[in-house]
Amino acid sequence: MAPLFALRGLEFAFNAQRPVLRGTDLDLHSGEVVGLTGSNGSGKTTLLHLMVGLLRPQAGTVEAFGRVRCTEEDFRPVRARAGLLFQDPDDQLFCPTVAEDVAFGPLNLDRTHPEAEAIVDRTLGTLGLTAIKDRVTYHLSGGEKRLVSLAAVLAMEPEVLLLDEPSVSLDDAATGRLIEALRKLQQAMVVISHDRRVLEALATRYVRLEQGTLRTV
Amino acid sequence: MTSGTRLQGPRNWGDLGLHAVDSPIQRRDPRIRVLLAGTLAVSVVTLDDLLLSALGLGLAMGLVVIARLRLRAVLAALLALDSFMVLVVALLPFSVPGEAAFHLGSVAATWQGLETAALIALKANAVLLSTLALVGTLEIVALGHALHHLYVPDKLIHLFLFTVRYLGLMHQEYTRLRQAMRARAFRARSDRHTWRSVGYLLGMLLVRSLARSERILAAMKCRGFDGRYHRLRHPPLERLDWYFGAGGLTVAAGLVAAGAL
Repeated sequence: MAPLFALRGLEFAFNAQRPVLRGTDLDLHSGEVVGLTGSNGSGKTTLLHLMVGLLRPQAGTVEAFGRVRCTEEDFRPVRARAGLLFQDPDDQLFCPTVAEDVAFGPLNLDRTHPEAEAIVDRTLGTLGLTAIKDRVTYHLSGGEKRLVSLAAVLAMEPEVLLLDEPSVSLDDAATGRLIEALRKLQQAMVVISHDRRVLEALATRYVRLEQGTLRTV
Repeated sequence: MTSGTRLQGPRNWGDLGLHAVDSPIQRRDPRIRVLLAGTLAVSVVTLDDLLLSALGLGLAMGLVVIARLRLRAVLAALLALDSFMVLVVALLPFSVPGEAAFHLGSVAATWQGLETAALIALKANAVLLSTLALVGTLEIVALGHALHHLYVPDKLIHLFLFTVRYLGLMHQEYTRLRQAMRARAFRARSDRHTWRSVGYLLGMLLVRSLARSERILAAMKCRGFDGRYHRLRHPPLERLDWYFGAGGLTVAAGLVAAGAL
């Protein structure tokens, strides 16, 4: 079966003197969870951003869902099918209430209001967040913010999840709840994490980003 | 621990510490409350009679009582307004021409000036109190929605909601940076080092805010944002809302009519 994502020879530099990626290859097949590790600043986040077209590679190709993607137009549908969870939930939650933030994606995908509300209820229910549906996002705790931002991504019903350090700044209990929630999901994932607990609970294989290339570990 | 409370500080920027109390006003529809606050303010401002303005202030106080506002929060808001009003009220009697009421040295205070000063003070306080009672008790979010339904341009509302959402965060960032500076024994003095450091602080804040706004836009794009902004529905007006609105309008119209007589 064709891979969901096939990255070939990606090269990327914010600054020409210090390239971040130099010829990175990665395949993501359905059903697998790739644990992406690497030291700080090795380009892990950059790689995820390249996958959904928030950044464009200077060389190499991003093939997603069976097509090579180059332009903003190409990447729009990719972003709906591959949900990216940002490192800092505060970057992601910008709507006033939890329900509206979760509904933001579905409404952008032209779901009707009743459909969006049904999706909101279902998604919050799956993650056990129904009780905070009408809370104001800036009053939430760190753990709640993280789960709500996950709900916001899941509400778009993506086929792939790209998680950028999902457990960062969460305490033990909150990390446990997050792992619990993620384990129930069927989607293929790429998970960036420094947290052994998260990786061991989820990953089916590991790759390590070093010197701008990916190595299977 | 002061540092801990400082960091938490104004998480909640758009909030005057007024809402969350259940009251007959709190149960009314936000749209009606915004409209009424505007109408009442305009009708009070048109008055030029001392008694009627005092009546307006009385009505506003009544609203404050009905809204069950916390006295401390109201006094804090009044203090902010009235510390400015004191200046106006103290200067007006001496600057408006008319019949002298008393002399201070060689300058005369006029009856007309005293009356104008009292009128302005009464009207300003009446407008502030009624707005606090009707609009100040709204969650910022509800206020944004109400404005949307009152056909205020969406761009302005987004600007407003985003500001509220991220102002607190920027303030937290500012406090964190300030703490980091203090942790390395920074004390504000009047020397070059202080000015340069404060400059760095502001510059860093600007850079961080810019970076954050880029990350927010990226996050929005990831969820299919293309410039349109959708909203979950708003509950319909209840019969009580109509009564409330009609009652308020009658009072406002009555004030204006009485003023015109």
